[in-house]
Amino acid sequence: MHSRTFILVTIVVAAAVFFVAQLVANNYLFFAGYTVLQFVVLATAWNILGGYCGYVNFGSAAFFAVGAYSSVFLHKAYPLPIPVLILVAGFVAGVIGLGMGYLTLRLRGSFFAIATLALAVVLQTLVTNWDFVGGSRGAYVIRPNSLDVFGHQIPYIEYLFLQMLILAAVAIATARTIERSRLGYGFATIRDDELAAEAAGVPTLRLKLIATTLSGALMGMAGAPFPYYLGFLQPQSAFALEYAVNSIAMPMIGGTSSWIGPLIGALLLGIVQQVATVTISSAVNVLIVGVLLVAFVIIAPNGIVGFVRNLMRRGRS
Amino acid sequence: MANSIAISGVHAGYGQVRVLEDVSLDVRAAETVVLLGTNGNGKSTLIKCLMGMVRPSAGTIVAEIDGKTHNLVGLSTEEIVDLGIALVPEGRRLFPKLTVEENLLLGAFRPTARAAKERNLDFCYGMFGRLKERRNQLAGSMSGGEQQMLALARALMTAPRILLIDEPSVGLAPILVSRTIDTIKELQSKYNLTVLMAEQNFNQAIRIADRGYVIVHGKIAFEGNSADELNNNDLIRKFYLGL
Repeated sequence: MHSRTFILVTIVVAAAVFFVAQLVANNYLFFAGYTVLQFVVLATAWNILGGYCGYVNFGSAAFFAVGAYSSVFLHKAYPLPIPVLILVAGFVAGVIGLGMGYLTLRLRGSFFAIATLALAVVLQTLVTNWDFVGGSRGAYVIRPNSLDVFGHQIPYIEYLFLQMLILAAVAIATARTIERSRLGYGFATIRDDELAAEAAGVPTLRLKLIATTLSGALMGMAGAPFPYYLGFLQPQSAFALEYAVNSIAMPMIGGTSSWIGPLIGALLLGIVQQVATVTISSAVNVLIVGVLLVAFVIIAPNGIVGFVRNLMRRGRS
Repeated sequence: MANSIAISGVHAGYGQVRVLEDVSLDVRAAETVVLLGTNGNGKSTLIKCLMGMVRPSAGTIVAEIDGKTHNLVGLSTEEIVDLGIALVPEGRRLFPKLTVEENLLLGAFRPTARAAKERNLDFCYGMFGRLKERRNQLAGSMSGGEQQMLALARALMTAPRILLIDEPSVGLAPILVSRTIDTIKELQSKYNLTVLMAEQNFNQAIRIADRGYVIVHGKIAFEGNSADELNNNDLIRKFYLGL
């Protein structure tokens, strides 16, 4: 499929999702849907660095929180509409991604993962001690209940849902475009063999920095509307373990080799978690993720996408 | 046009560990020069210095390519590849999860090489018929000999003037080693390449060498101006073959 056609299809699917959700007319659906879509963005962003380049980032929560806290900061300093906040958060998180890329450019494998984890800890300490954005007490972000659009009153959560939907579409289109471009091939050479990539003339350092920046920016963008979603933000919720774990588990379960893997993984795990939150308890979420991750590593190490591809290959021969 | 390399007085190492000490070596136009030595004597480090992957602490590395001289110390690996120097890395280092053709096309990642991508691909397929048959196969699923062919072909995709080959015999059966060495000679004469090959396999390497150096503990222990001189030399027997 051509890239332009794909973007068109993505827009149509996103619009369809939004209108079907409107038909159900249950506000809870938007609350749950927002969280699922947020994970679609996080998983897709993680996969750009983790799946395509092979660099496992354990610090997703840091980028997410940077996005969320840049919104809190602006909310207090100079309130702006949410789409602008998303762009600002993307910029700030992208710069941090670039910095992380520079600092860790000599690290590979588990060493890189540990460094990213450390980044999350450092940033959390910083935010916890920064009074302007609420410090350890947290910050209230009072938002209106509904939004006036051309005389219509739209519930605010629908507005947030729509933004996250657009963001998810953008993230997926970006990931797919990368996958089919020279950039994507360059990323794949870094994943397979960095030394050989250099010998073939691939500018590995520049490509890695592009990946860390892009991945970080998308994660930050996913975090930007978060304070408005919750109404109250504290460091423990922005830097929660669940973001780091889910961002890794979702692409792994879906399959890291293509854009559709993180999407499937995020939809599947995200929905299961939402259902579990309502029917059992929210504490059981991390348990579910853990059990599924272990199961997939044993049964389908290449995720759902790899599993289906194998089945199809076997079916053909 | 003359394509040559002149290395003089190079010192290099990793952190506190010194690997190369005052190494001087040159490869003249259209020559095949072998760098002989057993494991751990600095062959790969010298090749890495040439490719800008290890930065020498002292000394100069100058390459003359199509009549222009370039100082390689301080250039990045991409820039060196762009000049027309290609490396066939030790242990082949293919991209195992990509197909044969994708591996080849990645050899032409740099803008200068991209322009002539189609022509170079035809060259490679003409030279290595087996790779054409297997163009859609994953590189990691081929045999060792085929992988070595692919590694050579990938380096050719940059349309190099100077080819550096690091241990082409590693992990290959004796018959494939000899075939690989023949192929290197064939490539060298066909494209008039300047070749520097680091190799452990003495007998195979000197079959195609015009000249050679023996490196022992990071120093050039012997310089042979012909294959004969290398072959009938007491020092080599002692240091290298352990006789």
